[in-house]
Amino acid sequence: MTDITQDASTGFIEPRRGVVERAWEWARANLFNSVLNGILTVIIAALIARIAIPLFNWAVVDATFSAPNDAACKAAGGACWAFIADWGKFLLFGRFPEDQRWRPTLVILIFIAMMIASSQARLSGKAMLGVWAGGVAVWVALMFGGFLGMPYVETELWNGVPLNLLLMVGGCGFAFPVAILAALGRRSRMPAIRWLSIAYIELIRGVPLITVLFMATVMVPLFLPTGVTIAKLWRAEVAFTLFFGAYLAEAIRGGLQVIPRGQYEAADALGLGYWRKTWLIILPQALSISIPSLVNTSISALKDTVLITVVGIFDVLGDVNNAMNAPEWRSAYWEGYSFVALLFFAACFYMSRYSQRLERSLSRARPGARRR
Amino acid sequence: MAVQENIQPQAEGRPMIELRNVNKWYGDFHVLKDINIGVRKGERVVVCGPSGSGKSTMIRCINRLEEHQKGQIFVDGIELTSDVKHVEAIRREVGMVFQQFNLFPHLTVLQNLTLAPIWVRRMPKKEAEELAMQLLERVKIPEQANKYPGQLSGGQQQRVAIARSLCMKPEVMLFDEPTSALDPEMIKEVLDVMVGLAQEGMTMICVTHEMGFARTVADSMIFMDRGQIVEVAPPKEFFANPKSDRTKLFLSQILSH
Repeated sequence: MTDITQDASTGFIEPRRGVVERAWEWARANLFNSVLNGILTVIIAALIARIAIPLFNWAVVDATFSAPNDAACKAAGGACWAFIADWGKFLLFGRFPEDQRWRPTLVILIFIAMMIASSQARLSGKAMLGVWAGGVAVWVALMFGGFLGMPYVETELWNGVPLNLLLMVGGCGFAFPVAILAALGRRSRMPAIRWLSIAYIELIRGVPLITVLFMATVMVPLFLPTGVTIAKLWRAEVAFTLFFGAYLAEAIRGGLQVIPRGQYEAADALGLGYWRKTWLIILPQALSISIPSLVNTSISALKDTVLITVVGIFDVLGDVNNAMNAPEWRSAYWEGYSFVALLFFAACFYMSRYSQRLERSLSRARPGARRR
Repeated sequence: MAVQENIQPQAEGRPMIELRNVNKWYGDFHVLKDINIGVRKGERVVVCGPSGSGKSTMIRCINRLEEHQKGQIFVDGIELTSDVKHVEAIRREVGMVFQQFNLFPHLTVLQNLTLAPIWVRRMPKKEAEELAMQLLERVKIPEQANKYPGQLSGGQQQRVAIARSLCMKPEVMLFDEPTSALDPEMIKEVLDVMVGLAQEGMTMICVTHEMGFARTVADSMIFMDRGQIVEVAPPKEFFANPKSDRTKLFLSQILSH
């Protein structure tokens, strides 16, 4: 196991130890450096083994990847991935017309491409905003169709993953300007504006999302004049916008609070006036400080979109519930929910990594930005 | 400090700043009591006094970073009222340099300088950048133009702050203890820039404890204590025979070391 390499710079011959020796050394230094730690390591290892091994057996070893129904899976005793193989496209796209499924597929691919583009390319803030706004417009056009030979598809049939993405990106996108205004309003010197902002933020934050969703989808139509209808999806989108807006506003307010008074005074002394001071001096600094909490809010926003099911719009979770109504897959809920969980985990994990990278690149671009 | 003999008193210009019976309270605390000052164009005034005497508050009233409650303040003939238009017009004409520099950390030095000319004076970007480079030459740090404030020393930051104010081509410059936050070895580089400005005839009001600087450039000295102006005199007279006991005490404390 031990091979010899020659260090070119010193000429010393050093035995380079093998992987096993190094692993053992690391384990002794970190896992077994005291009796107590040794005992804890053994206990935790045993616990992991008790959970991980059966899970692996269930998910891989005993799993069935192709079967006509859940009864056929039962015999093998493991996961019934045959359900996902059989119904996967329905889980992703719901009742969207089968021959048109390439359209929501394209929506998902555009989303992934935009995520990758925004984390890699050194786009300016404005360009990034343009890319996302354009992207969402393309999504909506693709989903609606009705041009270039694409048949029109009503919003009732927009199901599955594209719906979650649309609600999250659209909701946060529209909520962002609302949030900036509410956060600024909450710190305004004008009492009317301040109280209005506080009322909005606290009212929304004091109420569960489900309530806001019911209000928007059930109550709002009652107030509309007869003959005027707004699709349920758009009413739900308004609810999400209002809801995310209140939380994003608090995240932004956190950033505003740490901007030193001197920044305001210097901008005032130059005669910038309120809006230019806010737009050029205060917000750029406040927003870059708030990035971690803004991304946190967006991650919870993505997860919150599954609540849309309660008002009868079928996102990816709604699709899973619907799919399990099929008589041959009644008992496949473990598999269905694991599938959704994995999708959400992948998206949220990527977003959280993205925010970490963004923070690092921001502090690199402005060394000493927080220093004075 | 190098004594500059060629600075002539310029007390004949038109009145630039006038404070008439200005009073200000923080709650019950009476910070400014019946302040009366007149500063003419080209005049250089140094304000000194113990801490808490109201000298910073007074000059911050001149560009309305603080609001006075009684009395009148005129800047270049415009009265400071709560009218936002007046306030902004005055702020365009009055430059201010702070103790803590207050540069914008998210912008480069050059962007710090060009921001106000571009957005307030509506100057074309190229012209603003040329002006900014000229001013950076003048404060002797053109090579730092593309750095961020956090990468500069305190003295350099304060010189950038002075250049940033000058970019607006102000009629008056206010200095609020510009060297108090600096390490001793950096004080001179900042004072040199300020002496240069004085030589060019800039109207200046300067709150400072740098008495050498005061002797060099001031046309008049103002001594404040407990919110009142105690003594106003030309520097020679002020340092040689101060009239009030409080001034004497203050000078003995500040000049003893």
